[in-house]
Amino acid sequence: MKAARDLSASVLPLSLEGVGYAVGGKPLLSDITLRIEAGQRLVVMGANGAGKSLFLRLCHGLIDPTTGRRRWASGEARAEAQAMVFQRPVLLRRSVAANIDYPLTLKGLPRTARHETVAHTLDRFGLNALAGRPARLLSGGEQQRLALARAWAMRPQVLFLDEPSSALDPSATRIIEEMVAQFSDEGITIVMTTHDLGQARRLGEQVAFLHRGRLIEHRSAAEFFAGPQTPEARAFLAGDLIW
Amino acid sequence: MIHTRRFILSAASGLALIATLPAAAQEFITVASTTSTENSGLFGHILPLFQEETGIAVRVVSQGTGQALETGRRGDADVVFVHARAQEEAFVADGYGVQRVDVMYNDFVLVGPGDDPAGLRDAADARAAMAAIAGAGAAFASRGDDSGTHVAEMALWAAAGLAPAGGWYLATGSGMGATLNTAAQVPAYALTDRGTWLSFENRGDLELVFEGDPMLFNPYGIILVNPERHPHVKAAPGQAFIDWIISDAGQAAIASFTVGGEQLFFPGAD
Amino acid sequence: MDGPFATAFSLIASGDPALMQIIGLSLRVTLSAVVIACAVGLPLGAALALARFPGRGAVIVVFNALMGLPPVVAGLIVYLMLSRSGPLGSLALLFTPTAMVIAQTLLILPIVVSLTRSVVEDLWAEYREQLLSLGAGRLRAVPTLLWDGRVSLLTGVLAGFGRASAEVGAVLIVGGNIAGHTRTMTTAITLETARGNLGLAVALGIILMALTLTLNAAAWGAGQWARGRLG
Repeated sequence: MKAARDLSASVLPLSLEGVGYAVGGKPLLSDITLRIEAGQRLVVMGANGAGKSLFLRLCHGLIDPTTGRRRWASGEARAEAQAMVFQRPVLLRRSVAANIDYPLTLKGLPRTARHETVAHTLDRFGLNALAGRPARLLSGGEQQRLALARAWAMRPQVLFLDEPSSALDPSATRIIEEMVAQFSDEGITIVMTTHDLGQARRLGEQVAFLHRGRLIEHRSAAEFFAGPQTPEARAFLAGDLIW
Repeated sequence: MIHTRRFILSAASGLALIATLPAAAQEFITVASTTSTENSGLFGHILPLFQEETGIAVRVVSQGTGQALETGRRGDADVVFVHARAQEEAFVADGYGVQRVDVMYNDFVLVGPGDDPAGLRDAADARAAMAAIAGAGAAFASRGDDSGTHVAEMALWAAAGLAPAGGWYLATGSGMGATLNTAAQVPAYALTDRGTWLSFENRGDLELVFEGDPMLFNPYGIILVNPERHPHVKAAPGQAFIDWIISDAGQAAIASFTVGGEQLFFPGAD
Repeated sequence: MDGPFATAFSLIASGDPALMQIIGLSLRVTLSAVVIACAVGLPLGAALALARFPGRGAVIVVFNALMGLPPVVAGLIVYLMLSRSGPLGSLALLFTPTAMVIAQTLLILPIVVSLTRSVVEDLWAEYREQLLSLGAGRLRAVPTLLWDGRVSLLTGVLAGFGRASAEVGAVLIVGGNIAGHTRTMTTAITLETARGNLGLAVALGIILMALTLTLNAAAWGAGQWARGRLG
């Protein structure tokens, strides 16, 4: 149903140009200009309500900007080579293997290619033993692993993750972080939100700091953690309440 | 997707169920008749004899006389077989039926509580019996449904010079069986055809308390629905049924139908 | 005298062909109506859950209200449509099992549509972002949501089956309760009651309830099994 895509062509960078998002005249994101380059690991930080999740959804194409422009280098309105993992993944009421198969079917992949990809994905993430299990009955950590595996099977060039481990215990969190790091090593661009400073330090190469729907800092992680430029970011890192 | 396909497949195979519903392979006619004939079991007795002789199946829709005539008027039956002479004659006069033919008769009887509070057992005639019920204000269960029995009942009240009304007069608006069930519960008097009464099992305290007046004569007529009005009417097999039922064979079949050793219907064809 | 249970049991045990024919017809008519109502009602209910159009609220209210449509009225409508003097008279369907299927479908459809809409609407609230992210548009989401809501939807389908198998008003009017042709369990019960054969009527009622009970037990078991297996 879709023409075979040229895997070598990059959909990145993704450029946001003066992007804003308002609901009922109330601006939730304002005037964000940012380029997400291929291969980077960008961590989006900010207090609760700063607009982090909304920012990810806007990049991913679940919502469209009400002002400004969002442009993929491929020229697509919504790049196909992307995936997103949510804080609480929605797994379909079917087996683990069928959950991985589902988006591949949507992409119109032929049956044999799907079988191969599913088998490879199960193998790659150590899910073989769970392949026939109903996805909804997995533990929280296993569910998030499956969500990441499902996203990976879609062959994304960029993967968005919204607080992927905030509901998980430390050992499950470690597994998720290792998976994200591996994806990054494979060349997948990572954009993730987290409120966990430790996680941001471990995974972030770049940091985007949002405050009340505005992007007020966007720097390398090393620079950001060494000394934020804005008082809001300084207060955030110090653990103060900011608003 | 596998699951969706399975889903659609099962839906489709379910739809195929309908295709297996019995097809009308055999020649048949539809007869709109009254609950009294069906409930008494008369049709169960005579129709197999007719089918054996002619190969024509008869599908009986049993309704009240009013509804049966309406079914005929709408062209939804080929033959109507009812018991309300005036309405039947109007049906033919209005062009819905070809001709009314006498088939048989039974009679109406009055049933009521065994202790007979209105004293119907001593009534001189049907008029007096009706007047006694109204005079005593004894409970009376009426069909109230425009059926042949109801029409006969209203004619009796009129003959007695009464217009029944009041708490004692219960219009059930139901079939004969349901009305008898009600009468048995109250208990109340009721006018019923003898056939339904004889085959009715849930009598409770009810007993036959009045019978025999010529006014209670209950003739059944049969009418072919007019094919000029409704061209789809199966005139030939319909007429075959009418011809058979008034033939010697048909009349003998009616006479041979008994319940508990009692004959319910009496041949009445000319 | 024999109790109605004993009568019911001996009726079944006797294997009376007339009784078997009545049971078979009842099941065929009702199951056919359920299948048609599902084939139409599941996609329609799902579409109603996902689509946004002017007058949507009114449509939802109408379907909810139609769940209370009296069977007699449904029967009367179908009767007037299928009568020789009605718009579809030439089809010669009145007093046939097909007419009963149509009437029962009319009774079940609102239940299936309303329940599907409610189940799919709730699921869509939960699944919307994830499905859009995975690449499923609204249209493609319909079968996915129906499949994932299958256990809840089964309840609605069973409610529809219950309503259809229990009703007598509609099938009596459009079927005519013709012996051997359109006589179902419920119209037979009505007839036996009218005859004063209350014992036989209750026995038939017991058989009908036993069938309904068996079907519900099977569906409940399947639902529990699916819940355990599929979460």
